Amino acid sequence: MDRTAILTELKNVIAPYTENKAMLDGINEDTDLIKDLKINSANLVDIIIDAESKYNIEIDFDAAEKMYKVGNCIDIIYEKMNLSA
Amino acid sequence: MGKRVVITGLGVVSPNGMDIPDFLHAIQNGISGISFVPQFEELKFNCQVSGLPKFEWEQLRNYITETSLYGLKGKGIAFGIKAALDAWTDAGNEIVSAETLWETGCVFGSSVADTDVIKNAITRVDAKESKKLGSRVVEQIMNSGVTAYISGRLGLGNKIISNSSACATGTQAILMGYEYIKYGMAKRMVVGSSEFVDAYVFGAFDSMRVLSRKFNDQPEKASRPMSITSGGFVPGSGAGALILEDLDFALARNATIYAEIVGGSNNSGGQRSGGTMTAPGAAGVIRCIQEALADANASAESIDLVSGHLTATIADKFEIQNWSDALDRRGDDFPLVNSLKSMIGHCLSAAGSIETVAAVLQIKHQFVHPNINLEDPNPEIVDLIGEKNLPVKMIKKEINMVAKANFGFGDVNTCLIISKYNK
Repeated sequence: MDRTAILTELKNVIAPYTENKAMLDGINEDTDLIKDLKINSANLVDIIIDAESKYNIEIDFDAAEKMYKVGNCIDIIYEKMNLSA
Repeated sequence: MGKRVVITGLGVVSPNGMDIPDFLHAIQNGISGISFVPQFEELKFNCQVSGLPKFEWEQLRNYITETSLYGLKGKGIAFGIKAALDAWTDAGNEIVSAETLWETGCVFGSSVADTDVIKNAITRVDAKESKKLGSRVVEQIMNSGVTAYISGRLGLGNKIISNSSACATGTQAILMGYEYIKYGMAKRMVVGSSEFVDAYVFGAFDSMRVLSRKFNDQPEKASRPMSITSGGFVPGSGAGALILEDLDFALARNATIYAEIVGGSNNSGGQRSGGTMTAPGAAGVIRCIQEALADANASAESIDLVSGHLTATIADKFEIQNWSDALDRRGDDFPLVNSLKSMIGHCLSAAGSIETVAAVLQIKHQFVHPNINLEDPNPEIVDLIGEKNLPVKMIKKEINMVAKANFGFGDVNTCLIISKYNK
């Protein structure tokens, strides 16, 4: 799965956690989950849990701390998927 | 002499009505909300009927944000949100305020946090999957979950309190809100209580052999307060909510006033002199009712209607005896008595708030709702207060003053005196 495909799927993972659905459609690698999508920081853990389940990967504490921009999320998911592959 | 406290908004999630118009119609027409629960038959419960609101998650769509609704699993919290926000809008308020409302607080109670949510946590943890629980579990298993959701949605900034006092919880929440306004600590309070009785709590009551078991095939007849054929109570779920306001605060915004809370009392018999963990002692109950009347500066003769606790157990006749002693009224001189539990069962912590909503509606619309399933009243009760004070059909009558009481495990008592609003 390439970065564009991960981004497309990531929109579905993030969708339940943002009220800003209009902005969600147009997210790119620079979009900040908390500042731009107004996601409650406590809910980032739910996005991580859902991503783990969706991509069948494990995201450890160190990796999770870096997941504040969409691009960072894709980095981590891409890396972990290739590890498990 | 404190501030006058008026009721300006009502909300309800009841087994026989999901909003105030439906609930009003149901209690005027004696419509039961008790139904058979197939799951309880499978679980081999003695009692297989319950009062369940016709709730669907979709009903909360316009109450809280989509992100908040996603992940909300606790039904007790959901019932509380719906009732409280309905009461808030019924009082003429907008749900969303940009600023914190420092003058407005919330007292909302429940008996147990939602055990379905707790079960999920237990199951995950025991399976060594605690990392999958996510961020939304703690807020729903904490006892203050319901007040956290309500106050957060409405932006309330005064006292935010989650009370718990078993079956006296609902009336206690209302009394606390009344006192805060009366003594000038708040201008407006969102008060009430909610309860979702799931299989685990239900099973524990079932094991005590205090539930109705002989009417599983006739659910609507299963809840029979004051009847000679009553054989235990029927647990129910739901929520009731009221908006209480300082009279001047309400008048300043031209609010519609349903009624006035003129007094109340909350005490305990101390589990002495007949009071136990599970039974209210007469001395505490009588003292509570008399203190409520004194707080209201009202005479026992002024009470037009007693809205009892009256759950449909052996305790009903003792409760009537206590009311009779407390008011020093008996036979035909006794006020009319009704128990909403005949229609919706005993909603535990939610009972007091739903029944108070019913009491306020009876004052507002000048009627007394029927006791259903009371075609065969207990002769010992009839001996005390006469049969004509036990209406089985709705009575249209001038109702100026209602005494509403609930009694809970732990020998705790609450009594409210509610009056028609007079300028």
